[in-house]
Amino acid sequence: MDFLAQVLAWFTDPANWTGNNAIPLRLWQHLSLSVVSLAVGVAIALPIGLYIGHTGRGARFAVAVSNIGRAVPSLGWLGIAYPISTGLFQRAGIGFLPAFIGLVALAIPPIVTNTYAGLRAVDDELREAARGMGMHELQLLMRVEVPVALTVILAGIRVSAVAVVATAPLAALVGGGTLGAYILQGLALSDEVRVFAAAVMVALLAILTELAFAWLQRRAVSPGLAAAGDASWVEPPQLPAGPAIVPS
Amino acid sequence: MTSSAAVVTLDHVSKRYGPAGTPPAVSDLSLTIPAGEIVVLVGPSGCGKTTTMKMINRLIEPTTGRITIDGEDVMRLPAVELRRRIGYVIQQVGLFPHLTVAENVAVVPRLLRWPETRVRDRVEELLDLVRLDPATYRDRYPSALSGGERQRVGVARALAADPPLMLMDEPFGAVDPILRDRLQNEFLRLQAQVRKTIVFVTHDVDEAIKMADRIAILQRGGILAQYDTPDAILAEPASEFVSRFVGADRGLKRLSLGRVRDLALTSPTTARVGEARADVRRRLDEAGAEYALLLDESDKPIGWIERRDLSGDDGVTPDDATPGSPTLQPESTLRDALSAMLGSSVQLGVVVDEAERVLGVVSVDAISEVLRAPAATVR
Ligand SMILES: Nc1ncnc2c1ncn2[C@@H]1O[C@H](COP(=O)(O)OP(=O)(O)OP(=O)(O)O)[C@@H](O)[C@H]1O
Ligand SMILES: [Mg+2]
Repeated sequence: MDFLAQVLAWFTDPANWTGNNAIPLRLWQHLSLSVVSLAVGVAIALPIGLYIGHTGRGARFAVAVSNIGRAVPSLGWLGIAYPISTGLFQRAGIGFLPAFIGLVALAIPPIVTNTYAGLRAVDDELREAARGMGMHELQLLMRVEVPVALTVILAGIRVSAVAVVATAPLAALVGGGTLGAYILQGLALSDEVRVFAAAVMVALLAILTELAFAWLQRRAVSPGLAAAGDASWVEPPQLPAGPAIVPS
Repeated sequence: MTSSAAVVTLDHVSKRYGPAGTPPAVSDLSLTIPAGEIVVLVGPSGCGKTTTMKMINRLIEPTTGRITIDGEDVMRLPAVELRRRIGYVIQQVGLFPHLTVAENVAVVPRLLRWPETRVRDRVEELLDLVRLDPATYRDRYPSALSGGERQRVGVARALAADPPLMLMDEPFGAVDPILRDRLQNEFLRLQAQVRKTIVFVTHDVDEAIKMADRIAILQRGGILAQYDTPDAILAEPASEFVSRFVGADRGLKRLSLGRVRDLALTSPTTARVGEARADVRRRLDEAGAEYALLLDESDKPIGWIERRDLSGDDGVTPDDATPGSPTLQPESTLRDALSAMLGSSVQLGVVVDEAERVLGVVSVDAISEVLRAPAATVR
């Protein structure tokens, strides 16, 4: 009780709401880093997944990407990205860039794998019907394959988004701010209250992200696919490297 | 290809999936599919029916040979435009699960950028045509339809842009026999209205006989075994393969193509209620007949009277007649007629019009005559 009261006191302490270590500032750093990383991750991964899924070419590439994604831990990405970015810009301590590169790399694999697996799971008869009715390849992709595979594609983005939000605190290690800054400070000062308060905020953000995507999925996916008995997306094919991430 | 029905020709068309030297899936196939007719491609599994059909809309490109639609070489047309002008019903129906019934039907009109009001009107019209109440079905998703309803939506979707040519790959393959029969009948009724050129694939001989104006029987390797009207194929199978394929009961199958109206009716000796028996006897003697057909005042048949029951001089009464001679309509198939006659004692069928007035009688002999006759006397 006492501990929770201290946490509450930390949140209500006016000192934590102003200056260059203020909660709104850290939240803003956290969210902007997450959103930008995810957006760039989607912009890179989605076209790759769509291309591989639509053409069936380069499936081995998709598998390799997902293997790398699985093998390298989040902290590893940061460790890789830090020297690269400082090497690139010859300026140590610019925290945003290495964190950004690391998070983008983290976001890409689930989106590529799920997009690929989702498209591959679309029944061939739908492709044949679409082509037979005179759709161009791009029309087939955008009007049939993507809408039918949307649940699985969005599930990939959702997994990436949650991972990015939950991993963004590591940016603090390279001077990138975010809610992770409180955690570093708290560890250095043995201030458990501060560590706990930051962890709570990170967890809440992750949960909100999850909920936002659940809502988006309900809004965006056709009700015709939600109906029982449609197997075209419920069981995407297993990739050799492991299953796609399917919404629970 | 802008008229309401197109002529399709296949000119020495071959398709080989493998490299040169491997056996072809379709071999040197030449066919002319007349405008407004249903041509059924039939044959055992793997004989190249689907391959042949898909070469027409270029889902598969022929290895050699030429296919034309109304004289235009399909290979010279952009594939996408060609396909938008050909209705296509795939074997598994292939409705888009994320689109409603109305949106599924509207796919090709929207690809063709029809104005929305025209699309909406057309969707209503087509759902009516395939007997799905638009108000009930328009906004449903395919997952909420029965198998038969899906098949109908598939047909409506293929008809949407009013194509002069329809390709249908086993369109009624996935439903039970009773529903299939109903869908076939509905489709024939529909075709009588729309008069498209239709290429219809099936591996079911009975379906082929029922649906076809002409049947192309293919043999493994896509070799054309026979191309003719159903009656001609049943009457004179061109080869051992064809006669085995159409089945040993091809005589009976042929009978289901013929109608009672195609037979020459004979006039029976008739009798009226109240007429003197002696008069009826005299007429039977003159005609050399054993039975007279008893009619009531409005020419409706009551039953047959046998000569030996006509002794004495009283008037004929309805009780003298043995009832139960089957009545047939001009539209009855010869198969149904024969079956009914075999079940009656007199073995004659009485043909009546809508008001049940007697038009004439047919005999079992007249029907077996048809079976002996060469093709084209039936139908
Ligand atoms: N894409 C393909 N690649 C290689 N061979 C093929 C391909 N498609 C069909 N074939 C072969 O070509 C032959 C004809 O196939 P097709 O699908 O036209 O037969 P079908 O008459 O439609 O058979 P079914 O009644 O079983 O549908 C078969 O031997 C088949 O194995
Ligand atoms: Mg086939």
